[in-house]
Amino acid sequence: MIELDLTLQRGEFSLELALASEARALALFGHSGCGKTTTLLAIAGLLHPQRGRIAIGGHVLFDDATGVDLPAPRRDLGVVFQDARLFQHLSVRDNLRYGMPRDAAPTSFDEVVALLGLATLLKRRPGQLSGGQVRRVAIGRALLRRPRALLLDEPLANLHREARAEVLQHLVRLKREFALTTIMVSHQHDEVAALADAVAIIDDGRLAALQDVAAFRARPAAPFTATVVPGIAAAR
Amino acid sequence: MLLNHAEAVALALSFKVSLVGVACSLPVAMACAWLLARTRFFGKPLFEGLLLLPLILPPVVTGYILLIVFGHHGPIGKWLDAAGLSIAFRWTGAALAAAVMAFPLLVVALRNAFESVDRKLENAAATLGAGPWRIFFGITLPLSLRGLAAGLALAFARAFGEFGATITFVSSIPGQTRTLPIALYELISTPGGEGGALRLTLVAVIVALLASLAAALMLLRGGTRATEAEA
Repeated sequence: MIELDLTLQRGEFSLELALASEARALALFGHSGCGKTTTLLAIAGLLHPQRGRIAIGGHVLFDDATGVDLPAPRRDLGVVFQDARLFQHLSVRDNLRYGMPRDAAPTSFDEVVALLGLATLLKRRPGQLSGGQVRRVAIGRALLRRPRALLLDEPLANLHREARAEVLQHLVRLKREFALTTIMVSHQHDEVAALADAVAIIDDGRLAALQDVAAFRARPAAPFTATVVPGIAAAR
Repeated sequence: MLLNHAEAVALALSFKVSLVGVACSLPVAMACAWLLARTRFFGKPLFEGLLLLPLILPPVVTGYILLIVFGHHGPIGKWLDAAGLSIAFRWTGAALAAAVMAFPLLVVALRNAFESVDRKLENAAATLGAGPWRIFFGITLPLSLRGLAAGLALAFARAFGEFGATITFVSSIPGQTRTLPIALYELISTPGGEGGALRLTLVAVIVALLASLAAALMLLRGGTRATEAEA
């Protein structure tokens, strides 16, 4: 269960988002600047809402009513940033191991490396990787944290066609094999359709609609707030 | 060019005093630089001004303040004397003077180095479960190494050349506090000391040039990047 109820002011932009979803993979979908990434950063503990509640699987990460605001290191989330943020001074192996719990079985490392096809890259530095490889290492690093949930910020953005297909294929496999609660941010219809179970359509910092992915697939993607979900334009 | 025994002793002492001084200054400078680069707090400009004071004050004034505080009758000096750790008129006092004088240069260099590390990387490390210490030693510091090395080179050069604060605080005791600049000053004021003065001058120029070259090389290789944050 993913529960989000956020009020967050960031400069001129105001986010007022409330939703609850039973979906294992929830996509936050909307135009650039609508508040998707802000929401994701608030879930990760890197931005702090003024008010609200964030809980994943019953685990409360933030609740202003009870004074809970877990710091980012204690949220047990695996975050894959759009710009990957690999540590340039560490090898791929050390990047992958950075967030691994001390008691993690060595097999879990091998398993993730195999799943994401990283075995031949372990000794390289991030600067020696292609865009798709960088994204796969970032996904592996987040997975090896053994997270309660995975947060993906535009996981396929800024990749050329082949790299995009390659990373998408790995994400689909990951979804199938790890069955991990996932919250992803995207403005790409096809990646949401391929990876999400439910879609929260966000417009100007507000929830415009919450759909299951079958309903989302059945509608044209753009302009989504006006045409994808009937009744939204009227509601606004 | 061969140094005589007294000159060699002064040179060796200068190296010892500078290295120990910079090494002692480093952890405190690192903490202060991190506070300046990564935190906001009330009175920060004043705090920064205080840290840079040894750079601005006449060195003799700094030396006199050290004498008042760490001398045999000073508030800390008395306590050190009682503990058998007296530093006044000893090489450790010269190292303290060197540490104080090198401190602002280290703070400035480290602050710039920390600010050039992308804060988004530190945030990424936090989401991977790393606490502040692990982020600092595992991410921020390794990515600041070139700036740190450049700062160390400059601080060493500053400590090596320290004169005013040292002679005021710990005087000129051969083998204890007579560092290269003090020995040079005394040779200049002594009839017939010109040869030794020239030799020590040459050594000082070479050491300063090497330190300055090392700093420039480190900075050139380091490059700069703007600091970014999520908010």
